[in-house]
Amino acid sequence: MSDDRLRAAVAAGALGAEESYRDLLQSIVEVARAIFGARASSIFLHDERTDELVFEAVAGEGAEELLGRRFPSSTGIAGWVLVTRQPLVVEELADDPRFAREAAESTGFVPKGLMAVPLLHEERALGVLEVLDRPQQAAFSLQEMALLGLFANEAAIALDLLQRARDVRNVLEDEGGEAAAVAGFVAKLSEASPERREAVLRLLAVIEELLPSPGSLDESF
Amino acid sequence: MANEPAHDTGAHEPLPAWSLPSEAADRLPLGIEWPERVTREWAWGGSTGKGVRVCILDSGVEPGHPLVGELDGAVAVRRGDDDEPIVEEDTEGDLCGHGTGCAGIVRSLAPECSLYSVRVLGAGFKGSGFVLLAGLRWAVEQGFDVINMSLSTTKQQIAGFLHELADSAYFRRTMLVASAHNMPVESYPWRFSSVISVGSHDKDDPLTFFYNPSPPVEFFARGVGVEIAWLGGSKILSTGNSFATPHISGICALIRAKHPELTPFQLKNVLYLTATNAGGTA
Repeated sequence: MSDDRLRAAVAAGALGAEESYRDLLQSIVEVARAIFGARASSIFLHDERTDELVFEAVAGEGAEELLGRRFPSSTGIAGWVLVTRQPLVVEELADDPRFAREAAESTGFVPKGLMAVPLLHEERALGVLEVLDRPQQAAFSLQEMALLGLFANEAAIALDLLQRARDVRNVLEDEGGEAAAVAGFVAKLSEASPERREAVLRLLAVIEELLPSPGSLDESF
Repeated sequence: MANEPAHDTGAHEPLPAWSLPSEAADRLPLGIEWPERVTREWAWGGSTGKGVRVCILDSGVEPGHPLVGELDGAVAVRRGDDDEPIVEEDTEGDLCGHGTGCAGIVRSLAPECSLYSVRVLGAGFKGSGFVLLAGLRWAVEQGFDVINMSLSTTKQQIAGFLHELADSAYFRRTMLVASAHNMPVESYPWRFSSVISVGSHDKDDPLTFFYNPSPPVEFFARGVGVEIAWLGGSKILSTGNSFATPHISGICALIRAKHPELTPFQLKNVLYLTATNAGGTA
């Protein structure tokens, strides 16, 4: 198979997978909204490049216009939940004018209450799941918190898969970029003599040491 | 100064930390008379938390909130241009509402304690690990009696540094009180045995708390449907281990005010002996 055909085949697989994972996320917010009897439910993805939260799936009120909307990762309740890894439930929020303004800007309506839970996969915080305006006739219970945690696990796995599919697509679309440079380098390396290859690999090991590790303090906690 | 031991042990010369000659055994006074039965009345009866310094390591605290009152100090931590930690006076208050909620709960239990805010959240997700560690290190150096940490990390590399800081706090008589996670993930610092870890129960009483004989969660405190202080002088109802944690911080403040000589080890013992399921009543 030629490089071009291989690239096309992988791209088709990655793009198809991306679509399926987006459908899965959408299905999770639909089910979460139905089970809690809530007015809306959303999943935010943390975009590490821009340090923003992005609406990745929305069920219920505001669904149409919110998808893809972004806001800074450090603000509001979703930001707090993302950074601290702690779930949070707040009710009677509409009385807070500052929150009402921010909420109206980010969700299109002012919820009376919300449940927010971090989406954690291995060491990483990938995003936040929110459920807005569950019926308030009954007091919030620990069972509901546990249920929210179960949804969060499912959403985190789907979000991780979606990100992987996007990474594959980015690599494939990265003509002339970093991935292409690395591919060209590997091609040249394979033509070099064994001694030279060994020397280059030693040099690469040193360069790798200089790059920040995944758990670097430069990142989040 | 707060960094000095809170209690004079009576020893005129320091003993080596790693051994005890037999003739020196009588130079280890406990500095406290333990009653036959530790009751809540003995532990914190009549205490208002006066003289105890409680630090809220969080999103900041709104000063002058009716449920919080005056703060005795507020700083914000950020990363300087040369990667050095900068701790400066906080002029922005609370960026989210969460820290104010925690502070209000501590105040409701220990009305006369001194409250301090150390803001480590709000400057963005990236770099927040650096700011958290710098903020906790600063707080431990200040020798606060209690540090409330209603937050956690899943990063292993941060966890190593947190562990050192948690042990350092424990040996310096600073009680770290941290929120447990109610999801099946490995997170810190609540899993360290040198801190008190707190989960939620759903009873309404702020002084009802349970000891858990199956760690890592050590105590359960009120954390469901709690009325908390929120931004703009308002109040909301909230649920989460985040708000169970300051209940235990507040009770620790009451105990430390009445028994300042207690080490974190002894303080944990008092909490156990006064826990609701250990027969802890007035």
